[in-house]
Amino acid sequence: MVETRPTQRRTNSGPGRLLIAVYLLFAIAATSRAGLQLATKFDEAPVAYLLSGVAALIYIVAAVGLARAGHTGRRVALACCSVELVGVVAVGILSLVDKELFPDETVWSQFGSGYGYIPLVLPVLGLIWLWRTRRAPA
Amino acid sequence: MVPVTSVGADSPVDGIVATLSIVLSLLVAVWALVAAVRHRPPDRVQFVGLAVLEVALLVLSVLALVAVGGGDQPGEPGAFYGYLVTLVCLPPLAWVLARMEPTRWGSAIVCAVCLVAPVVVVRLQQTWEVLGG
Repeated sequence: MVETRPTQRRTNSGPGRLLIAVYLLFAIAATSRAGLQLATKFDEAPVAYLLSGVAALIYIVAAVGLARAGHTGRRVALACCSVELVGVVAVGILSLVDKELFPDETVWSQFGSGYGYIPLVLPVLGLIWLWRTRRAPA
Repeated sequence: MVPVTSVGADSPVDGIVATLSIVLSLLVAVWALVAAVRHRPPDRVQFVGLAVLEVALLVLSVLALVAVGGGDQPGEPGAFYGYLVTLVCLPPLAWVLARMEPTRWGSAIVCAVCLVAPVVVVRLQQTWEVLGG
């Protein structure tokens, strides 16, 4: 590997910036979808739509956390990635077991299959990235 | 997937411009991927590609808005306009992030965004048509 390693590893440069870009895309996608669903047809599937809203919020906060880089940012990102991972796995299992619970698609249904399973991969990448940059001084 | 059925009038977002946008976006994505694999920062080709893609997407938006002005309506207006606004914001987003990151990861960002854009174009087409059933 000929990569030049900066003396400080910040979460908001290099691969981290790609991660932030993808988080931003998901934040946009999830927010607009959830906003639309909550505004126009909340009664049809409240659980699914509220979940979409929560997921959207977490993507936004995670992106901001990674982008802010500092100590607090890392903690925030760590919390978000953990919640996301638990969320996508839990909702993935629940949506397979009990289809009634999520009659309409959410970002996390079927482990995020509607989004190319990226929702499942993203928090893992986030956690790996936070782990690999952990020695950076805040 | 639910089969998509057309509702009478031709879709303004399902023509040559849409196809060109998708092809161009994928070409830029491949080019950027090669650059990222070769540890190259975003080059001129990627930025020009993003600019041309943005022009194509703006033309697509104008076509859609002209059709709406002519009395046509998208099948799911809320989602349609959401995708339309998102779509024209994608190349500038990639541009700015790629400028901030003059490393291989900048190229990776361009690649990622250019893979998302075709998906949004397809979603745009699906939300123009009314989903059957």
